[in-house]
Amino acid sequence: MLRFLTLIAAFWILALPAQAQDGPLRITIDEGVIEPLPFAVPEFVAENAAAAQMAEQIARVVAADLTGTGLFREIPEDAFISKITSFSSPVEFADWRAINAQALISGAVSTGSDGRISVKFRLYDVFAGQEMGAGLQFDGTQDGWRRMAHKVSDAVYSRLTGESPYFDSRVVFVAESGTKGERRKRLAIMDYDGANVQYLTDSSNIVLAPRFSPTGDRILYTSYETGFPRIYVLDVASVGRRALENQPGSMSFSPRFSPDGQTVIYSLTQGGNTDIYRMNINGDGVQRLTNAPSIETAPSFSPDGSQIVFESDRSGNQQLYIMPSSGGEPRRISFGPGRYGTPVWSPRGDLIAFTKQSKGRFHIGVMRTDGSEERLLTASFLDEGPTWAPNGRVIMFTRETQGAGGQSSLYSVDITGRNLKRVRTETGASDPSWSPLQE
Amino acid sequence: MTYIARAMMLTTVLALAACTNPDRFGSGTDAGSGANSGAVVPGSANDPASPSYFQQTVGDRVLFAVDQSTLTNEARGVLDGQADWLMQNTDYTAVIEGHADEQGTREYNLALGARRANAVQEYLVSKGVANSRLRVVSYGKERPIELCSDEACYAKNRRAVTVLAAGLSS
Repeated sequence: MLRFLTLIAAFWILALPAQAQDGPLRITIDEGVIEPLPFAVPEFVAENAAAAQMAEQIARVVAADLTGTGLFREIPEDAFISKITSFSSPVEFADWRAINAQALISGAVSTGSDGRISVKFRLYDVFAGQEMGAGLQFDGTQDGWRRMAHKVSDAVYSRLTGESPYFDSRVVFVAESGTKGERRKRLAIMDYDGANVQYLTDSSNIVLAPRFSPTGDRILYTSYETGFPRIYVLDVASVGRRALENQPGSMSFSPRFSPDGQTVIYSLTQGGNTDIYRMNINGDGVQRLTNAPSIETAPSFSPDGSQIVFESDRSGNQQLYIMPSSGGEPRRISFGPGRYGTPVWSPRGDLIAFTKQSKGRFHIGVMRTDGSEERLLTASFLDEGPTWAPNGRVIMFTRETQGAGGQSSLYSVDITGRNLKRVRTETGASDPSWSPLQE
Repeated sequence: MTYIARAMMLTTVLALAACTNPDRFGSGTDAGSGANSGAVVPGSANDPASPSYFQQTVGDRVLFAVDQSTLTNEARGVLDGQADWLMQNTDYTAVIEGHADEQGTREYNLALGARRANAVQEYLVSKGVANSRLRVVSYGKERPIELCSDEACYAKNRRAVTVLAAGLSS
């Protein structure tokens, strides 16, 4: 969709003296942002008449991406003193300084007769009076215009935060309909912001806990289509699927890919006992990794593939453990009061997200891989099933409301505990899994 | 629902006509109107060989304490009745469904439901029911029958239900 990426030569350089500012424009997220950075993103310049509508929409998506992080604050258009009417004209920095826009994003869109569009943008440090990085151009098809907007946002976010981005990504989840007693579930995929929903299965069987492959092209999930829970792998492009595990008299569930996409770890239940297994993605080479009378489930690989974090109730209630990825003696990492489940290793490798159940409440939390520095990020009647944004800065999860009218929806929260918000979906939604950043 | 439907066909056409559409996820508390009327309608709840009788009179389900899969004395009493019925009605097989209340994570509750279903299976086998006639499945917290978010509802959702199916072929 995005065939190539070109650098636009800087046409001019303004030799303005730098304003009073400590170093380049930069927002540091580690410390928890108190004051969001004000930015302006005027409507992109339509370079031909047919591009007008998209020029407006793309600027809106960029603004929504950035403000949605909680790190940035958009200065509304009616405050603008000057307009950007040409992508190549010099910027009147004084006009943007006057309204305290610290960052300015200008852009242009042109459409071709072949149904393709080009989107280019520049990012300015207004108070330094200079461009930040080189301008970029993205070319693609018109129906991929939202992805191009997300690519612009990703570049801006990276330059302003120094972090890797996450906007051009997707989420696979379970779309829910019907009342609590008649719940129907089907797999769906959408952009990270809830746009472009596509259904991958019908709702004739219960489906649970889809998980993306490391390249985002395949999805592991659990379905009851044989009447018993079994693991399936689905190809996102063709929506074709096949069963992976088919041992009669057993149940298999809670699958997850290895970082190289070649191995699946999962839970298998036989004779009432649930343990963790691994197999090759083609379904052979089954190997048992735990062998205990307790419940071992919800395994997740470390990003280097060397270790697996999982939950077990071997101590008497659910706690988190780490073992070598070939099996072996696990070490317990959670020790606080309450129960810990659904651990997921951060893509950065530094943290483990989990669900905690304590005193009748559920929390999403993170801890370091040695169990230290536990932080609870949320609290509600029922929060569960965290999944990491590709940059390891944001977590999405399921929140279910209480009572007979209970409904599930998706929420996201920063690992600082800030910026808790609902992800808009047209139906009830649960069990999100965040894709890697798209190529 | 297909298991029940097949079981009904296997008995008699009358049974189908008289059946009150057993709902495998329903409360199953309707004891049947003709229980004491004397006349036994084949397939109805007062026909001791009927699935309706198994559901309503023998009792098709047992309940569990929070995060437990241990059978209570009351549960053992119900399962003694199930074992007797299954040994007298050998045309039937059964799927034992394990369930959990909503107070738990999805994966753990699947595993917990499996423990509960397995506890029932092991007990029935210990009472003489052939292992080959029983299968287990867990629904975790996916199929609550009571919908409130209070212990009154949770107690009924922490259950294992013995669902009859026809024939030994499956």
